[in-house]
Amino acid sequence: MSAVETVADETAAQVAQDPILSVNNIEVIYDHVILVLKGVSLTVPEGGIVALLGANGAGKTTTLKAVSNLLGAERGDVTKGSIIFKGEEVQSLSPNDLVRRGCIQVMEGRHCFGHLTVEENLLTGAYTRRDGWGAIQTDLEMVYTYFPRLKERRSSLAGYTSGGEQQMCAIGRALMSKPTMILLDEPSMGLAPQLVEEIFEIVKRLNENERVSFLLAEQNTNMALKYARYGYILENGRVVMDGEASDLRENEDVKEFYLGVGGGERRSFRDVKSYRRRKRWLS
Amino acid sequence: MEFLYNLLIDPFVQMVELPDFFLQVLWEGFVSGVLYALIALGFVLIFKASGVFNFAQGIMVVFAALSLVGLYALGMPAYIALIATIAIMGILAVAVQKTIFHHLVNQPDIILLMATIGLTYFLIGFGEFVFGGDPKVMITEELGLPTGSTAFDVLGGLVILQHIDIAAAVIAIIMVTALAIFFNKTRIGRALRAVADDHQAALSVGISLDQIWIIVWFAAGIVALATGIMWGARSDVSFALEIIAFKALPVLILGGFTSIPGAIVGGLIIGIGEKIGEIYWGPLVGGGIESWLAYVIALIFLLFRPQGLFGEKIIERV
Repeated sequence: MSAVETVADETAAQVAQDPILSVNNIEVIYDHVILVLKGVSLTVPEGGIVALLGANGAGKTTTLKAVSNLLGAERGDVTKGSIIFKGEEVQSLSPNDLVRRGCIQVMEGRHCFGHLTVEENLLTGAYTRRDGWGAIQTDLEMVYTYFPRLKERRSSLAGYTSGGEQQMCAIGRALMSKPTMILLDEPSMGLAPQLVEEIFEIVKRLNENERVSFLLAEQNTNMALKYARYGYILENGRVVMDGEASDLRENEDVKEFYLGVGGGERRSFRDVKSYRRRKRWLS
Repeated sequence: MEFLYNLLIDPFVQMVELPDFFLQVLWEGFVSGVLYALIALGFVLIFKASGVFNFAQGIMVVFAALSLVGLYALGMPAYIALIATIAIMGILAVAVQKTIFHHLVNQPDIILLMATIGLTYFLIGFGEFVFGGDPKVMITEELGLPTGSTAFDVLGGLVILQHIDIAAAVIAIIMVTALAIFFNKTRIGRALRAVADDHQAALSVGISLDQIWIIVWFAAGIVALATGIMWGARSDVSFALEIIAFKALPVLILGGFTSIPGAIVGGLIIGIGEKIGEIYWGPLVGGGIESWLAYVIALIFLLFRPQGLFGEKIIERV
């Protein structure tokens, strides 16, 4: 083994040494018959932002729910592999145990409590906390400084706020649990591009200032790769590609299939299809 | 002509001519309305938090009352028996959640309803096995509840108020206020409303559904106990009481399945409407309309306002 390779191995080992979350080859089956994830592995380093990309039905949401243990309520089951959060196997924990340990999911489609006010929504996020009303109030103010719009709408029913405000409310609610890791599912869904940018900026600031790690499932590949440091691409319940976000952005396949900018000269749809078939056969 | 006179005019003439009697009828209606409201409240609590229409609420009333009387008969002092009964309702809540509903998460509503029907018949059988089938007398005096009555001179006549009825009204008001504060001001109350809104989202923020559902079943159990004591004091404690639960149905349709104020107002409307209908319009059709009038009112409501008077607004953004 050459010296260069050894150095490279060591750095890799260092990065991999302390992941906050590692998912090892998990398989998920719904209703005992439908195999949705066919061996997904990924790691999120402490303080990282990792993007999980892929088309509809690729298994992004299922992966996140497997981690946060929300699968049980949907008759899904992790049948193989392991999920390790902060050095502890977490498959058998309930979602509420996981939130206590600092891992919380923001679900796709926001899911605010429509009949509660925005502030009550935020307070439900603090349900698992035991550190007293004072600390919760401080964090409420912290959330309001990140999302000044929520402060303006604090006493309106969440059901009547706009899509962007609901997304902020959902992220703010997750923040109230003092998480170290947020599983963020499709934050850009149904939002205007400007708002998407605003929300991703806040995610970045939260990551830098509050040291919250993010695992981010997104269809908006462009935006996700701009803010994430590392990315995994899922297809049909498998990871088909992974790499540094900057590398993925430059990758010809990613450009063609997910960023919508063809590499080089345009190819006919027919070619693309066969190319895709070949690729899947290879993987 | 005479029929129309009897239908449209005569009842009101009677009301004006004998205002003291009218007041008495109103009061009677009010009291049964309060009791209907209490039963409906038990339904609303569970329905709101878990979407389960708890068919067993009626039998829980009987079961609570029987436990109380039974424990007293075993020689416990009345207050200790009361506390022990509350504990039994707590154990029942835990048992129901752990053995039935924990395993039925995300099942269709009809399956949950069937489960509560099963629970109903289990409780009937179990109750008869433990306490025997014969009617018992509620230990009203031993619990320190007032008996007797006071007559008031009003409008040139007498209106008689039973003390136990006054106590029932007061206890109902206290319970409802306490529940309203609990729902709106406490951490658990907030979590309850969150669960009512969106189970999945509640799970995702770390609210334990098991815990919340045990709490609502326990709260419904306590409401059932209060109802059982009050109904028991008016008649006696027997399994026949179970059918009063069906009186809660029109109340719920009127007030809305998810609304606590709705349960109260609905209960009062049904209670008072029923009594007045029976006394003033009943003779027209030979009496006995008390038993079905409530359902007719509910039916009319279903046609025009299916979410009930106070049913939760369905928030839909366009």
